[in-house]
Amino acid sequence: MSFAELLPLLVILSSALASFVIFFLRDDRSRLRTSIYLGGEIVKLGLVLVMLQGIYVGAQYELRVPLLPDIDFLLQANELAMLFLILSAGLWLLTTLYSIGYLRHAPNRARFFGFFGLSVSATAGIALSGNLFTFFIFYELLTLVTYPLVVHRETPAAMRIGRQYLVYTLGGGVVLLAGIVSLQLVAGSLEFVAGGTLTGDEASPAILIAIFALLIGGLGVKNAFVPLHSWLPAAMIAPTPVSALLHGVAVVKAGAFGIVRVIHEIYGIELAAELGVTLPVAILASFTIIYGSIKAISQDELKKRLAYSTVSQVSFIALGVSLVGYLDTVGGVAHLVHQGIMKVTLFFCAGVIAETIGVKYVSKMGGVGRRMPWTMGAFALGSLGMIGVPPMAGFVSKWYLGVGAIEAGQPWVIAVLVTSTVLNTVYFLPVLYVSFFGKPTGEWQEERPHTRFEADWLLLFPTLAVAGLVFLIGLFAGWELSPLGWAELIASRQWEGQFGN
Amino acid sequence: MSPVTFYLLSSVGIFVVCLYGLIVHAHLIRKILALNMMGSAVFLLLTGVARRGELTDPVPHAMVLTGIVVAVSATAFALAVARRLYEECGRAYLPEEDPEDLSEEREG
Amino acid sequence: MGLIGSNWLVVPIVLPLATATLAMLVGRRSAPYLGLLTASGILLSVAAIGLTVLEEGTIRYQLGGWEAPLGINLYADGLAVFMLLMTAIVGAAVSAYAVGYFTSRQDESGRVAGDSGDRSGSFWVLWMFLWASLNGLFLSADAFNLYVTLEIMGLSAAGLVTLERRQSALSSGMRYLFVTLLGSLAYLMGVALLYGALGALDLATLGELMYPGAATWSALALITLGMALKTGLFPLHFWMPAAYSNAISPASALLAGLVGKASFYLLLRLWFDVFDGGLGPGPGQVLGLLGAAAIVWGAVMAVRQRRLKRLLAYSSVSQIGYLFVLFSLATTASWGFDAWSGGVYHAFSHACAKAAMFMSAGAIVRSVGHDDLDRMQGVGQQMPLAVAGFALGGVTLMGLPPTGGFTAKWLLVSASLESGQWWIAVVLLAGGVLAALYVLRFLNPALIQVKVGPVARPATQNLEVTAFVLAFGSFFLALLSAPLLALLRIGTPFASVLLVGTP
Repeated sequence: MSFAELLPLLVILSSALASFVIFFLRDDRSRLRTSIYLGGEIVKLGLVLVMLQGIYVGAQYELRVPLLPDIDFLLQANELAMLFLILSAGLWLLTTLYSIGYLRHAPNRARFFGFFGLSVSATAGIALSGNLFTFFIFYELLTLVTYPLVVHRETPAAMRIGRQYLVYTLGGGVVLLAGIVSLQLVAGSLEFVAGGTLTGDEASPAILIAIFALLIGGLGVKNAFVPLHSWLPAAMIAPTPVSALLHGVAVVKAGAFGIVRVIHEIYGIELAAELGVTLPVAILASFTIIYGSIKAISQDELKKRLAYSTVSQVSFIALGVSLVGYLDTVGGVAHLVHQGIMKVTLFFCAGVIAETIGVKYVSKMGGVGRRMPWTMGAFALGSLGMIGVPPMAGFVSKWYLGVGAIEAGQPWVIAVLVTSTVLNTVYFLPVLYVSFFGKPTGEWQEERPHTRFEADWLLLFPTLAVAGLVFLIGLFAGWELSPLGWAELIASRQWEGQFGN
Repeated sequence: MSPVTFYLLSSVGIFVVCLYGLIVHAHLIRKILALNMMGSAVFLLLTGVARRGELTDPVPHAMVLTGIVVAVSATAFALAVARRLYEECGRAYLPEEDPEDLSEEREG
Repeated sequence: MGLIGSNWLVVPIVLPLATATLAMLVGRRSAPYLGLLTASGILLSVAAIGLTVLEEGTIRYQLGGWEAPLGINLYADGLAVFMLLMTAIVGAAVSAYAVGYFTSRQDESGRVAGDSGDRSGSFWVLWMFLWASLNGLFLSADAFNLYVTLEIMGLSAAGLVTLERRQSALSSGMRYLFVTLLGSLAYLMGVALLYGALGALDLATLGELMYPGAATWSALALITLGMALKTGLFPLHFWMPAAYSNAISPASALLAGLVGKASFYLLLRLWFDVFDGGLGPGPGQVLGLLGAAAIVWGAVMAVRQRRLKRLLAYSSVSQIGYLFVLFSLATTASWGFDAWSGGVYHAFSHACAKAAMFMSAGAIVRSVGHDDLDRMQGVGQQMPLAVAGFALGGVTLMGLPPTGGFTAKWLLVSASLESGQWWIAVVLLAGGVLAALYVLRFLNPALIQVKVGPVARPATQNLEVTAFVLAFGSFFLALLSAPLLALLRIGTPFASVLLVGTP
């Protein structure tokens, strides 16, 4: 087996093995655990970077093992895979540092870090899957390994929510599986091909539309399309690092990423448009964007507000790829990264505040800005990015989406963008206003303690780092290795595969 | 009616009657008896089958012999369990199931 | 292939028979060692048979050199080896578990609890007879020989249920004995009719002579009813919850994992090798319908249970339904092999998973002293390995990748969509979500944290580890799909389909 074949597997296994070892360490061996864990992460990140460099110069990484009759287990790295992979591997490192601080005195850390690492492995598997079959394997694994994280607090409430979480995601998985099996029977191939693997001659349009509905319906649960979204705000009962990386990024993105794959690399945008299935997806996404934002306004609990904001923001990806326009695709794919980084920033801040001074509700946030200026500064960066203030990351995605919509002849999308921006402002600005100008409610010590930083440095530094990223990736969006640059590369490949120019 | 058909019909008749007996009778010994007679019904059929052709077929006879051995051991075992059940709960009937039996004394 | 090659076929039958006899003589001190030795011997011989079959195709062996119809033939094709392998893996795990089970029982407070400790000797005797009969059943090539193995299997299994001198165990064992004897008699009646009509007992010969007629139809009906009763197909499952939940845990694991699969195997064998797919589409449809009903009914009942082992027993009712849907899917059409192999694969993965779950449950019940689901709080803290084993087994029942349940579900769903019976696919897929619900019925309370002081509890470390290892191994069964399906192709009744299917 050559290195090019092994590399995708190694990327997945590096985090899985580290996690597996951790399960068998006693809870108090934190130094050993941290070294193994960080070692695994650094190896993984290194491997991913090697792979990224290889992809950039045109190398092929592919591992193919026959599993069922006519169906292979296929791992394959391409530009789109790398985008998601870099996002998850990079944020994993920061989130781990953050979690070490966050869970310094909590019980069951071995289990937490173990499953956390497995989740990242599953996410890497989702990114590297070369066909829908392999994608499904990792998609369901992600469901399984995130369940123990959702119920980590082991309270009756957490168990109840864990049950809801499993029923939603497994239900979605079942629908997705029905779609995948049907597709295999109809098309005989499930592989992701730039520009689409289906030609449209495989079956009657009605059958292709039905299969599309099954696939998107199944993926829509993790992508949190309204009305399949209610597991996401509920899952905020998990510890904040889980909410940040998994429910802000990995799990919901797995759904969004699947939608990108299905529309662009299974059906192909042209066939999808011909079948008339893209517009319903775009409308569903738009509805979710507006609905999520409206629900976010009325949430007083900060994490819940962020969760509804996730519901809303993730659908920008689906919106972007389902509008039949080149620039929309760029915007949607770039938003995959942009939204991830911004949302992690915001969740990190919420976690720092809750851990340091115990404030979890927006109405109690008066004075927090003066007590923790750095944290709130990061929060401000993240929320301004979400609103779409230039030159933040969010602005770039929205700009491309808007321009692309006009190019694609769908001007109504502009209205969605504007409405969402207004609503974003309505639910983020009060948070900033209250925390900087509101009166302290006095339940916590307003004076800064005599420590070096305003919060545990392991919590604060990762937060500031991701906040910096929000600013930088927006500012340097023109660089060809920025998320936007990659997104353009990906979109141009899809378009070449489709229209041959 | 040919002898074979006669054997067949009586065998099926005994089988059905004893099946009925197995289901409706509660007493364990009656159930065991019913099972035994069902076995005999099958053996009857097999001995009948042996007389189909001109010559007597030895294979069904071998089957009946083996079947009798199995039936004897099964009956012995069933009787032993029935006796122990009688010793434990003082009656030779199967008690109604108690699905919500949450007794502490489970598995020693 | 030579004489040595086919002689291997006798080993998995003779070895446990010899051990069973020896175990009666040596008493309960040495019996466990003898058992473990036998288990490894069987594993080795099955591996040898498997390799031979993979390399050289099916093996036939004539005991004493007598040819059919008078002689007894042993026959190993892919399916038989597959079942032998399943039995060897689960059997070895349960043997290891039983060693710990009976020793930990005696260690407790220095004396034997009740009189059950004395039974460990009997356990090994019965279990070895059971293993011999299972292996014999999988290898038999003639209908009457199958009856004999079936009876030995039924008697030793009933013996295992009644091992404990407890009223509930005795009465459910008694009921199980009646059921299994009735099932075998129905089978024997069917065989008598077949012999009357066709004048043969050898399965291959029977298959060649088969014609639809009154006698063969009645034989099919009797055999199917008998085996459905023994397997516990809805609505003939009435005996199952009590028998599975009242037996001691190693016995529950064997019954739920292996014994039910053996009677299913017999049905499968006769249905496709002898009756040519059920003499028309009608009977298969009926079995498929009952299977689908079982999936739903068993799962709904499982969710409603208040006792852990009864939950597992009802889960078996549901999982057995998956096996029977194959009868309405496996026809000579192009998807026939998918459906057939999917059902068989399900038997394998369910055997491993359910045995592991019963083993975990046994360790838990042993430790906390009851199996009331509502009082399981804190079990996850005290016995993480047992709970993890249970959870991993549960994932197989849900049919998620990378468990064997996923391969089975994929093949069955694919066959049902291809044959146009999409409603079966709906039931199969919904069954997975229902399985999640009843697995959570245990995990939800078990994972809730409670503050407990250090409690003295029986040592169950060995039990937990064995259960976990089996569950962990079975978790990755889908990764072995390619070689295992290749094995199943050898000597399959769907060979003609495969020839068309493969380029």
